[in-house]
Amino acid sequence: MKRAAVLGTGQTEHRSRRTDVSMAGLCREAIDRALADAATDWSQIDAVVVGKAPDLFEGVMMPELFLADALGATGRPLLRVHTAGSVGGATAIVASSLVRAGVHQRVLAVAFEKQSESNAMWALSIHPPFTMPVGAGAGGYFAPHVRAYIRRSGAPEHIGAMVAVKDRRNGSLNPYAHLRQPEITLESVQASAMLWDPIRYDETCPSSDGACAVVIGDETAAEASLRPVAWIRATAMRTEPTFFSGKDHVDPRAGREAAEALWHAAGIVDPLEDIDAAEIYVPFSWFEPMWLENLGFVGPGQGWRLTEAGETRIDGRLPVNPSGGVLCSNPIGASGLLRFAEAAMQVMGRAGDHQVAGARTALGHAYGGGSQFFAMWVVADTPA
Amino acid sequence: MTDVAVVGFAQTPCRRHGETTTSGVEMLVPIFHEVLAQTGLSRRDIDFWCSGSSDYLAGRAFSFVTAVDAIGAFPPIVESHVEMDAAWALYEAYVKILTGEATTALVYGFGKSSAGELSRVLALQLDPYLLAPLWIDSVSVAALQARLGIEAGLWTEKEMAEVAARSRAAALTNPAAQLAGDVSVEDLLDQPYVADPLRAHDCAPVSDGAAAVVLAAGDRARDLSPRPAWISGFAHRVDSPSLGVRDLTTALSATAAGRAAGIEVGIDVAELHAPFTHQELLLRRALDLPDDILINPSGGVLCGNPMFAAGLSRIGSAAQHVWSGRATRAAAHATSGPALQQNLVCVMEAR
Amino acid sequence: MLSAPLEIGFDYTRSLGPVLGRFMTGLRERRILGSRGSDGRVHAPVLEYDPVTHEPLTELVEVADEGAVVTWSWMPRPLEGQPLTRPFAWALIRLDGADTPMLHAVDAGEPGRMHTGMRVRARWTAEPIGHIRDIECFEPSGSGTAAHPPTAAPPVTEIITPIRLRYRHSASPAETRYLHGLADGRLLGQRCPACGKVYVPPRGACPTDGVPTTDEVELPDRGTVTTFCIVNVPFAGQRVTPPYVAAYVLLDGADIPIQHLVLGCPADEVRMGMRVEAVWRPREQWGTTPENIDHFRPSGEPDAPYESYAAHL
Repeated sequence: MKRAAVLGTGQTEHRSRRTDVSMAGLCREAIDRALADAATDWSQIDAVVVGKAPDLFEGVMMPELFLADALGATGRPLLRVHTAGSVGGATAIVASSLVRAGVHQRVLAVAFEKQSESNAMWALSIHPPFTMPVGAGAGGYFAPHVRAYIRRSGAPEHIGAMVAVKDRRNGSLNPYAHLRQPEITLESVQASAMLWDPIRYDETCPSSDGACAVVIGDETAAEASLRPVAWIRATAMRTEPTFFSGKDHVDPRAGREAAEALWHAAGIVDPLEDIDAAEIYVPFSWFEPMWLENLGFVGPGQGWRLTEAGETRIDGRLPVNPSGGVLCSNPIGASGLLRFAEAAMQVMGRAGDHQVAGARTALGHAYGGGSQFFAMWVVADTPA
Repeated sequence: MTDVAVVGFAQTPCRRHGETTTSGVEMLVPIFHEVLAQTGLSRRDIDFWCSGSSDYLAGRAFSFVTAVDAIGAFPPIVESHVEMDAAWALYEAYVKILTGEATTALVYGFGKSSAGELSRVLALQLDPYLLAPLWIDSVSVAALQARLGIEAGLWTEKEMAEVAARSRAAALTNPAAQLAGDVSVEDLLDQPYVADPLRAHDCAPVSDGAAAVVLAAGDRARDLSPRPAWISGFAHRVDSPSLGVRDLTTALSATAAGRAAGIEVGIDVAELHAPFTHQELLLRRALDLPDDILINPSGGVLCGNPMFAAGLSRIGSAAQHVWSGRATRAAAHATSGPALQQNLVCVMEAR
Repeated sequence: MLSAPLEIGFDYTRSLGPVLGRFMTGLRERRILGSRGSDGRVHAPVLEYDPVTHEPLTELVEVADEGAVVTWSWMPRPLEGQPLTRPFAWALIRLDGADTPMLHAVDAGEPGRMHTGMRVRARWTAEPIGHIRDIECFEPSGSGTAAHPPTAAPPVTEIITPIRLRYRHSASPAETRYLHGLADGRLLGQRCPACGKVYVPPRGACPTDGVPTTDEVELPDRGTVTTFCIVNVPFAGQRVTPPYVAAYVLLDGADIPIQHLVLGCPADEVRMGMRVEAVWRPREQWGTTPENIDHFRPSGEPDAPYESYAAHL
């Protein structure tokens, strides 16, 4: 298989309501930054891959169609990926496949969500006939599984708040982050409202408008780049059903197997040792320790210990979400691509104030649905 | 480059108000069974799964997630989904095989078009600021295109009726067809307009349905099929969304995709995804198809148009002609978006 | 199979950005703006990005509110939400001063009054607000309204677009059987012939084995809370008033929990492993719905040991 690399990334200033732009303008803010970062222009883009979560969020069926001019897709191949919350990651992986397969030389991957057009809680809680109307958005879905994690791992109650403090402080180093809260404390998080017990307000991702774009190029394009690129060492995707007898909602097998495949393909034996920065999809703070275990950084029940020891801070052994992560910005469809892009930014040395010193190998991770769709990649500063 | 072939195809009958849930996923269980039996594969032998469907067709966010249950996706599978016709899911799977990460793939599309008011639902594909608030239905958009071609002298209402009559006659041998029969052009032209200049026979029916296709690479394809339909060209393009800017009497994206896929070389049969009669006539020109080739021997989507599976079905139907030896080279076309905005061409051949 | 109407509706708020914002502001003043493309052509209504170069189009020019029909179609039975409730034409209309046409409705009365090339003029609403529907429709020229002077008001930055869609939601045969069971006060599951797991509600096919499940099992209306959350947050469309406990209840004999409410004790006393029993609504209120069980309440039995439900978390 051919090699591929991230040539450049771009993202919007994420906010709860980007009332200054249309959907097209939102996407272009990220795209124009990515093209500039990759030192390329439309003449060199061969195809466009778009990722977005449910169309009901914006009330547009297949919005990539009406956005084709703005996305630079007119006259080109255009693919629209939708794999629930993991879609941003899947978008990057599909784009990288187009390059790795030798079909294209440069592909633009873009993902967005303009949540302020509607209300995600509404869209995710539409109650069809014949069902029990107890659904309460993503928080209501995941809170019971967080409770199960706490019970299973014996994690102390303050871990969720610790993650929130870390990520929000990291977010204050990221000029694009929606929530930037340098003053946040463990006490203030613990004093925030309990929304979906055991998940508190401050332990919850915001609802954001935002977009992210990435230009992926082949080996020739990467070698021609005057600036550092992020070589895509490996990608992995896995899926399992939402709800079945034997489903492990805390430590889903699909995530575990995706990670095993990813580490194997990237030649990584000990991810805790070999990964310098990890951008992990953590929409509720407790998912940091849960995914640390699921990804195989540590053994079952041990994730919270890494968090509690401060090892996931930006200066820790495994910096997790130095960008502030989903807890600081959550334009749902773009959130996964932001994780992938932020991982690339780390190894390209272009993460600004939230740069992890000496980051050479990084993980980008996304998940979606009922902890059932997983997408991840490893990027590095050298091709092999 | 890796050789990739279509080696299996199954589809449900097309029915309006079919006995299926809103998402339509249970239509998948029997066709998975059928397509796996055709190839002798089991679910565990599939390296990559990819599907196409629409949340808006089902009226629910994440409707495609329910399909994962129908697959029996445990142990976990490698899987992806496009919010497009599954013909584009097939493209994603084809690329996946080209990377070398998979040697087999199962691609499926499904939808229950009759669950909502399809022509109104499709209005939400239009510009959400300037057009969707007017609720311009998909049939009316096609009708604007049809008149442009009629008044430009590119096709006539009689030629459009001839397309309908030929399609319905062809569908007599297609058990999946929703509409079939011997109808006279004169009788069709006596019918009233539903959206002047379109009559009912000019418009594809509202269909519920699903389709599945199996792809395999190289020797694996030769093991699975006595006469694989090798993909010799596969390309897709999209046009500007602006109906005013586009020349609606043609489809630049179809022309470009056809050229990139090599459709001009020796095609025996073509399955075109033309939900309106004039669009078949338009596509013949745009794809520069010779007059003497067989078009839509299945009856095409005018006889059954399961949204999000219909494009994939064109590929499967064209592949069947290669398998059977009726064609040496076959082309399939899929479309998406208002008035043929997005187009895909897949050319397959026997080797 | 059971089916029922499902309506989804939301008033979407669309922020416009600079180009669409100026366009909508223009509409409020009964003016139509176009944008000049990279090839010099004027596109009305505006385009945000050039179809050829993909560059932003920022030069906006005013065009007339009348023009010529380029193509048209006839709408004999207007659909909900369309500009007119009586039969009308859709048309691509090239406005004077523009090079490419716009799509809108023409109130022509009958198809015989429509022809390509005919002149039409916008019919404006009495009080434009800065929305594409400020143009009620177009009508054959000669009956149009006079131009209006610009008004001084802040620019339009947002439009509201109501979207209402109606669907027929259908249950699967297995779900239908389950719902009919509920209407009789029974909880019916199905056992997978391959793995032996009991699914409630039944799926018709096993999600892990992919084989049809036909062996029916009746389950008791009591079980164990595996895990839960307390919903304190209100949101649009919510059907139960918070706070409430949304719990997974593993019915005795089932291999997968169902989601339901747990009431009958303070929310903070609900715990993993708590034994609960169904509280049914009065029989005369029963229908084919899981809401026949109003909620689950503590049964008073000792808590189930963690190991008994740990595999269902």
